[in-house]
Amino acid sequence: MIRLDNIVATYTTQRGQVNAVDGVTLEIPDSIVMGIAGESGCGKSTLMKVLYGDIGFPLSLSSGSVDYGLVNERGEPVTTDNIRSEWFRHISYIPQSSMSSLNPVVRIRDQFVDFPATAGRKKEVLAQVRDFVQKLGLPPESIDAYPHQLSGGMRQRIMVAMATFFQPEIILADEPTTALDVVVQKSILLLLLDLQKEMRNTIMLVSHDMGVHYQITDKMLIMYAAKVVEYADTDDIFQSPLHPYTLMLTNSLPTIGDERARRGLPGSPPSLWEPQVGCRFAARCPIAADRCRQEEPPLTEYQRGHFSACHFAGDVAALKESMQAGPSLSEVAHDTSKLMLDLEADR
Amino acid sequence: MNTILKTQGLNKVYSLGSFPRTIKVQALDDINLDIESDQPVIVSLVGESGSGKTTLAKVILRLVQPSSGAVTVAGHTVAGKGTRPNHNEFLRTVQPIFQNPFEAFSQHRTVDSYLRETAERVGKLHKDAAIQAVEEALAAVGLQYSDVRGKYPNQFSGGELQRASVARALIPRPQLIVADEPVSMIDASRRMIIINLFMALKEEYRTSFLYITHDLATAYYISDYIAVMNKGRIVEFGDAKQVLSQPQHEYTQLLLDSIPRLNSRWVERRNPTTG
Repeated sequence: MIRLDNIVATYTTQRGQVNAVDGVTLEIPDSIVMGIAGESGCGKSTLMKVLYGDIGFPLSLSSGSVDYGLVNERGEPVTTDNIRSEWFRHISYIPQSSMSSLNPVVRIRDQFVDFPATAGRKKEVLAQVRDFVQKLGLPPESIDAYPHQLSGGMRQRIMVAMATFFQPEIILADEPTTALDVVVQKSILLLLLDLQKEMRNTIMLVSHDMGVHYQITDKMLIMYAAKVVEYADTDDIFQSPLHPYTLMLTNSLPTIGDERARRGLPGSPPSLWEPQVGCRFAARCPIAADRCRQEEPPLTEYQRGHFSACHFAGDVAALKESMQAGPSLSEVAHDTSKLMLDLEADR
Repeated sequence: MNTILKTQGLNKVYSLGSFPRTIKVQALDDINLDIESDQPVIVSLVGESGSGKTTLAKVILRLVQPSSGAVTVAGHTVAGKGTRPNHNEFLRTVQPIFQNPFEAFSQHRTVDSYLRETAERVGKLHKDAAIQAVEEALAAVGLQYSDVRGKYPNQFSGGELQRASVARALIPRPQLIVADEPVSMIDASRRMIIINLFMALKEEYRTSFLYITHDLATAYYISDYIAVMNKGRIVEFGDAKQVLSQPQHEYTQLLLDSIPRLNSRWVERRNPTTG
């Protein structure tokens, strides 16, 4: 179990300080794939940085800490203070862009074994690495190549191999397949799932693609403007969400075979530079009331394992029904007055 | 029936590297498209990166000279060896919208100066009439001239700036707008606003769109026709709903199977709360 206790992560900039993650308290069970979703700027990547313990200027932790539920070699519990010494061994990171994460002028095999633990037994480790990359569907010779000689998909497999070689308990993946084509994306995601099933580790996956979340995650965290707005099992997130933002996010894009007209989510999140009063989603929310603009809703467990930060969580089901009863694509396609343009609202 | 877009035996070979180790890459391999309709249409061009879809867009926009073949848009031959269409007439026939609006507009110029210049040079309008045309085009995309005037690109959000670039493309009232990945830089939650706008403009401005994307779901949503490209060839072409619900070519099937859908899973997931 990973426990986050009131995490506040702050960026210090020329304009002053801004909280990119503002009071996140969570418990993440072991051996699950957990997805983190939200619009750009909602704090999902910053939360990943905090989880990885990669905290340095301009990012700082103003409050809270992470308890990873692990014990290090000296028998001490692993927390934010000492997570850095567990990098690769117990926690690893798969970045979005493999091209800017691998050293372009060093062969991949040398990057694989370039740390003190392999001193004196590099040959032995390299043989294991070759076996391992073969298991991941790469030719063993591929580690002799330079990064630019491999395709994007192969490089991303190398990144997965590096992140999983020591069978860490926790793997953080920040948009691991965004730069890839759908065909390659599917193979990488299935590879990650296979490895997770075998190694029983916890994967935290950031993606803006709700389809990716639906396909591979067990639980999901929805973030909006530096706050957690909903946290639940993936099936509940999609079938019975308890926050209007989650509902609108999962319904914002069309799917093949679905003939409903879609309207997206007009407007933009509030600027975090301004002091926040009430619910941060209120300005874009179709069911917001005066209470929402004055009183901030706390993250509440409405059903077992299903958390939502909405005063009107009970009304989301009705909102979902009304959205599903909306006009079909063929009704609006030739009638611009019925097309849900929302151009005025999207400022 | 009017010909909206026609390509005949279009080829493009890029030569990479220098002698004696030149590598030839066939980016377009005998592309024959013939789209005829009395009504304006939205045609999607889908495929993986490297499939040649951007090269095809560039050939239609005269940014890349084809190795052989010709392109006709609404009766005007726009590209092909030796084709030299009147520049202004070409710009009144085809207009582009690019992927990243922040790169399409210079950071050192105001956005409205681009719009006014398009109206003056391509539309051949005098000052007042040009401003009126700009106002009209901006209103069509839900922006007001007074809000845009004097602003630089960095003062807009991505969605607003992309709408301004749609407005710019509308000013010459082109027959065809070539939109290369127009929504991939825009946050997923707000993409549909631009997509719905394309559908509205098709009806109001009678403009056809060539919508280039790797996202099959939005292609399914807006297109009348779809062309699936793979390795420089068009492997499947037809009615968009039909191609995507009953794909005939195995490459289209592979693409469709690989989309992370919201209704059926690749592998079963367990329920973490109840076990």
